[in-house]
Amino acid sequence: MTETVSDSAAKTQGAAGKPEHILEVTNLRKYFPVKSSGLIRRTVGHVQAVDGVSFAVPRGQTLGLVGESGCGKSTTGRLVTRLYDPTSGSMRFEGREIGGLNRRQMMPFRQEIQMIFQDPYSSLNPRHTVGTIVGTPMRVHKSVPKDKVLPRVRELLALVGLNPEHYNRYPNEFSGGQRQRIGIARALSLAPKLLVADEPVSALDVSIQAQVVNLLEDLQKEMDISFLFIAHDLAVIRHFCPEIAVMYLGKIVEIGERETVYNHPHHPYTQALISAAPDVKQAAIGGRRERIRLEGDVPSPINPPSGCRFRTRCSLAQDICAKVEPPLLQIGPKHKVACHFAGELGHHPSQPVTMELLGIDAQGSPVPGKQATDVGNEPGYDSTWYDVRTGRPAGA
Amino acid sequence: MTTTASTTPAGTPEPSAEGLGAGEPLLAVEDLTVRFPTYDGLVQAVTGLSYRLEQGSTLGIVGESGSGKSVSSMAVLGLHDAKRTQMSGSIRLAGKEIVGMSESRLMRIRGKEAAMIFQDPLSALHPFFTVGKQLAEAYLVHNHVSRKVARKRAVEMLDRVGIPQAKNRVDDYPHQFSGGMRQRVMIAMALINDPRLLIADEPTTALDVTVQAQILDLLQELQRDFNSAIVIITHDLGVVAEMADDVLVMYAGRCVEYGPCKEILTHPEMPYTWGLLSSVPDISAAADARLIPIRGNPPSLLNPPTGCPFHPRCDHTDKVPGDLCATQLPELSAASTGGVHIKRCHLANPEEIYFTEILPEIAPDLAEELSGTTGAEEGGTSR
Repeated sequence: MTETVSDSAAKTQGAAGKPEHILEVTNLRKYFPVKSSGLIRRTVGHVQAVDGVSFAVPRGQTLGLVGESGCGKSTTGRLVTRLYDPTSGSMRFEGREIGGLNRRQMMPFRQEIQMIFQDPYSSLNPRHTVGTIVGTPMRVHKSVPKDKVLPRVRELLALVGLNPEHYNRYPNEFSGGQRQRIGIARALSLAPKLLVADEPVSALDVSIQAQVVNLLEDLQKEMDISFLFIAHDLAVIRHFCPEIAVMYLGKIVEIGERETVYNHPHHPYTQALISAAPDVKQAAIGGRRERIRLEGDVPSPINPPSGCRFRTRCSLAQDICAKVEPPLLQIGPKHKVACHFAGELGHHPSQPVTMELLGIDAQGSPVPGKQATDVGNEPGYDSTWYDVRTGRPAGA
Repeated sequence: MTTTASTTPAGTPEPSAEGLGAGEPLLAVEDLTVRFPTYDGLVQAVTGLSYRLEQGSTLGIVGESGSGKSVSSMAVLGLHDAKRTQMSGSIRLAGKEIVGMSESRLMRIRGKEAAMIFQDPLSALHPFFTVGKQLAEAYLVHNHVSRKVARKRAVEMLDRVGIPQAKNRVDDYPHQFSGGMRQRVMIAMALINDPRLLIADEPTTALDVTVQAQILDLLQELQRDFNSAIVIITHDLGVVAEMADDVLVMYAGRCVEYGPCKEILTHPEMPYTWGLLSSVPDISAAADARLIPIRGNPPSLLNPPTGCPFHPRCDHTDKVPGDLCATQLPELSAASTGGVHIKRCHLANPEEIYFTEILPEIAPDLAEELSGTTGAEEGGTSR
């Protein structure tokens, strides 16, 4: 363990033939059992919080997870940090499987995957001083000799923009933004390679949010940390993440680069989500975007709709959507969409784009003699893709 | 409770004095001051606040937590405990003075003339009673009708706010509704007596964006139908931009900028408003543009800063001669664009600073577009 949290250590390791992605998640599922009431608590169903998501976090980069409450984005974050055990699926951290590890085997990985929590008021122990809070991970993992813990704590406090002399204070003596900085210092104390930030700014005042976002950006540049950034605020996600995954009801519906997802969304849900975000500068100059109204609420994840999970609120929904679940189809160099009628707003195709691949007809019934190809379960992107405009495979 | 009429009316010029009809506006708040004595000292939650609201229009109150936006609005409904609150100034709602009004008379106004939508519908609804019962209660208090009629009215209102199968849902408990549906129930409850004034205290903060869009649409639609006035309290400038006719920016219990929504968002003249605009990432701005936060933390209202309350966090105090910012509270004065836009700042030429320094940072493309029309020169980034 090096003394300073310099970026050099991480970079030299990265050059030594390590995989391009620091984290690869394949077909991850988490079902929470729903128990009946009474003496014998039988399992009567499952909340399908995360149901088969695949994504990859590039080294030193950020992947944003965005979605509404209950879509499974926080559960995904907690699975990656192994605060929850996955029901099935694989998670490969730097090429090594961490999905099935037990507590002891997980220990070395805990140093490398850390988490920043949403609520800076409930995530810090009110009876511990800041020095104890930030120093505990180092004592537990014995990453720093005992007499070096305090100097290191002061170094970390200075790094996140707090007064290093305040290590003896209690969390209640700090404001919300400062507490969030303490939480960030704690997460950094073990020099992690991957930080899972679960709504790190949504509990803060607007003028403070920008301070914390800027701090995270600086830390990423300085220390070469990869981020899995979870938020519901589309503007914050767009600002922080070059790559974005949109989740709906336990599934990723669209994933791609920032510009593609925000300027050319192909999934009707992403289109509705982006159009619903209020926009200061647009309104200030008098312009107002057309807002797509979504009717109703998110269905229950205990008993999600058959086929496409978004079909109950989707204006494009047809018979096929109830029968066949759309795969996460790659439609651009770095762009995947799970929709039978993927297309830009107003240019959705009239025929399902997935017919050929899944071996089905326009109504979703299987065509005899045709084989369904398995697509969409791999993290990352292929060099070839399916062009929705021409209806043919394309690629370099 | 002390009910002193505004002692220094000259000190606070009446906002939007121009362009008003001869009649009194629906809501007129004059020099409102709310203070709470505590063991630690006197919390000066709201100081010298004045605004007016006409029938059928919307006022957006923007500010951080602890800026007094909720306290001032609760005062409009007389919700502060008179024994624990020092209140002065005047709040006239439809011609009636609220400050100092007896509890029994307030009861007749609450829910009937003015109603409130709270931020968190789960804690604002009673978990033990069905929503139908809670809605009917609000109607029965103000109308001498049978329970049957009140229940019918409850169903009607649930249907009006877009709850499907209102007839069946009326007997459900709050926990059986989703967040957006609960907020609809709250809105139905607030509107059940056709109030003329609706105060929405962060109505969409606890909701998701697509649901937020539904609720904002609903509020606008209902406003058109009922012609009620709305005070919408929020920290989200995007919500204000979509909803409000007028905007009141609050900081440390005071109004720091007030005027028509479009004016405030396009020609803000107070550094705090600039900070609010520049620290929020925008969905249409350049993605890699760096956010410019407001440094420091909001001040304590136990001991607010001397002079301009914003001066410890302000980046432009050097442009004001002497230490005026730290010693003297700026008066609310007309902005350079004139008219009804007022601001509380010592800066002599805020418009110039905004167009040469602030706008190029927060919206470079917009600044270029405007630089020709306003004649302001394209300035460098000085911060």
